[in-house]
Amino acid sequence: MSTAAVAFKKDAVRLSADLRHRALIQGALSKYELKRDEKQALFQDWQGARQLAAETKWEAVNHLDTYLDQFVRGLEARGTKVHWASTAQQARDIMVGICREKSARSIVKSKAMTAEEIHLNEALEHAGFDVVESDLGEFIVQLREEAPYHIVFPAMHLTRGEIKDVFERKLHDAPSDSPEELTMVARRVLRQKYVQADVGITGANFAVAETGMVSVTENEGNARLTAALPKTMITLLGIEKIVPRLEDLALFLPMLATVGAGQLISGYNTMYGGPRQPGEADGPEEFHVVLLDNNRTAILADAEQRDSLHCIRCGACLNVCPIYRNVGGHTYGTTYPGPIGSVITPNLRGLQEWKHLSYSSSLCGACTEACPVKIDLAHHLLQNRRNASRQKPSFLQRMAFKLFAPLATKPWLWSLLVTKGGRFGQIFHGLVKGTRLDPAYVWTKTRDLPPIARQSFKEWWKERK
Amino acid sequence: MSERENILARVKEALTVAAPLPGSHHGAHAEPASLPTQEDHRRVLPLVGESFEERVALFAKNSDELRSDFKLLIDQSELVAALNKLRAAEGWTRVASHKGSLTDAACQALGLPVLLTDAGFDKTELEKCPVGISECDALVAQTGSVLVTSRSAGGRALSVLPPHHVVLARRGQLVPGLPEAFALVKQKYGADYPSMISFITGPSRTGDIERILVLGAHGPKKLTILCF
Ligand code: SF4
Repeated sequence: MSTAAVAFKKDAVRLSADLRHRALIQGALSKYELKRDEKQALFQDWQGARQLAAETKWEAVNHLDTYLDQFVRGLEARGTKVHWASTAQQARDIMVGICREKSARSIVKSKAMTAEEIHLNEALEHAGFDVVESDLGEFIVQLREEAPYHIVFPAMHLTRGEIKDVFERKLHDAPSDSPEELTMVARRVLRQKYVQADVGITGANFAVAETGMVSVTENEGNARLTAALPKTMITLLGIEKIVPRLEDLALFLPMLATVGAGQLISGYNTMYGGPRQPGEADGPEEFHVVLLDNNRTAILADAEQRDSLHCIRCGACLNVCPIYRNVGGHTYGTTYPGPIGSVITPNLRGLQEWKHLSYSSSLCGACTEACPVKIDLAHHLLQNRRNASRQKPSFLQRMAFKLFAPLATKPWLWSLLVTKGGRFGQIFHGLVKGTRLDPAYVWTKTRDLPPIARQSFKEWWKERK
Repeated sequence: MSERENILARVKEALTVAAPLPGSHHGAHAEPASLPTQEDHRRVLPLVGESFEERVALFAKNSDELRSDFKLLIDQSELVAALNKLRAAEGWTRVASHKGSLTDAACQALGLPVLLTDAGFDKTELEKCPVGISECDALVAQTGSVLVTSRSAGGRALSVLPPHHVVLARRGQLVPGLPEAFALVKQKYGADYPSMISFITGPSRTGDIERILVLGAHGPKKLTILCF
């Protein structure tokens, strides 16, 4: 097993038995589910909307070169400086370079998963800049010096008490544990940062090719302020964020909000097409857009899984995933957790090192059904497994199938060993259940084993005739 | 080669193999006929009502849910009265705003010192203003959103920095939904887009602590929409 797999297994075992963690996550997500269902029901045709969204992203991703070119020309026409980065290192260097050139002291950042992906904060801090996250959830996890737990709800795993503690320790200001008062503490602290910051960094949810604009979705107004006050604004985004036309957002913005957070639409949806233009009251003097590849073109080259670049990072597949809900976001050890993370991480960061994520799925298909852009996540997990064992066949796996095949192809043998044998064995199972003598110990040490049905399907069928 | 060329070359190379269409694993490589039209979007998105009355009612219902304060007024005199009531209730001693026919009239009626953002301003001063009053491009019934741009609403900061954002709108600015709002943006600005186009939906909000809604995380704690 790879080191990532060992760590994953250890944390997964610990967290899936942690009842407090489970209650917290189920509590947060059940509130989300109610709202999501309510908003989804307002669509006249949700399945139709998914199909249109999938077709729109298909068009964008399958003509990415043309649309990227159009996107960049639009931005440049309004005086935006566009940078291209093949690797995370290049993207970090570009952004550190801009901050140095501007002799920036403080930098304010609004939520960007791509920035997590390239470990931007570490790079900026290492270069001597003071970086502060402005999204409340990101601000909290930054204070706790940990990674976001979820791509939409970064601090979902924390109780108000834990948040109060970290505010007390780091900010020396936590009047109570009421969410209201804690939010106001953050507001006060961050307000000052905005006014002082020299550079503002944002991510983007969409890149509109037709008009050359980035579209940023948020609820707090922190990205709006990040794009309004500092003299220099930098937006970092993956090359796959493209949508062809401005009006495509009429479909994507409400869909993203519905499955992402159970909202009709998010609080602020803002399109930025350049720095402050002549005649405008304010806005940055300079606007830089950094386009990141970081192995996205490798996924693009795999026609079978190309649609995983359609992802709009709504988080819906995480929310419905029984694995995510039990092992939690940090266990994955990746920037993108949950089903989408398990699909793309092996392809972005190494199949053998990360294939365990594609195996840790029950293939229930809830993710595929939840995805607003119809990415076939469950099948992609299977394809990753196939690719991994094709690339590096496992001896154990092969032996297991060698034993299984004759059993499964001879009904009499199956009936004797599995059906009858299982029933017979279960009589004595109680004696060893849950102990190390139990042949089903891996299962029974933490779970119950339901009794085997009294009648098999085959027996039932015979009787029926 | 520049990184731009490198990346675009990799993209082109990758796309030489066709991908299956959405909803099919194998085969079916033909391109979809065309991108969805406005009618396609309308057909799947939530209903928005047929008449002006239905749409105003939908906007009001959405505002209520979002905790925006939406007031449909008879005429300009009611608008002035509504503003004066807010001023008294919140003890405004000055306001921030921008030049425009609705805002000019409002500021004059209020008779308070005004910080105008149009020609540039001091951000610490704007931060101290209790309210930002702006015009807008449209109100969107489907979502309860206010559409503003850096050109129509006094720049970028006016609508997010002060703790209270007051939007002035005319009845004719109410559009049914997002497809119509984007069509309006294209028609109005298509030749020369402003640097920022923003849909504001409710006051600033967060649910980052135990998924409990708190207003005023960063931007305005209050959003008032006065429409006549
Ligand atoms: S894969 Fe689909 S459901 Fe998951 S985050 Fe991406 S868009 Fe959302």
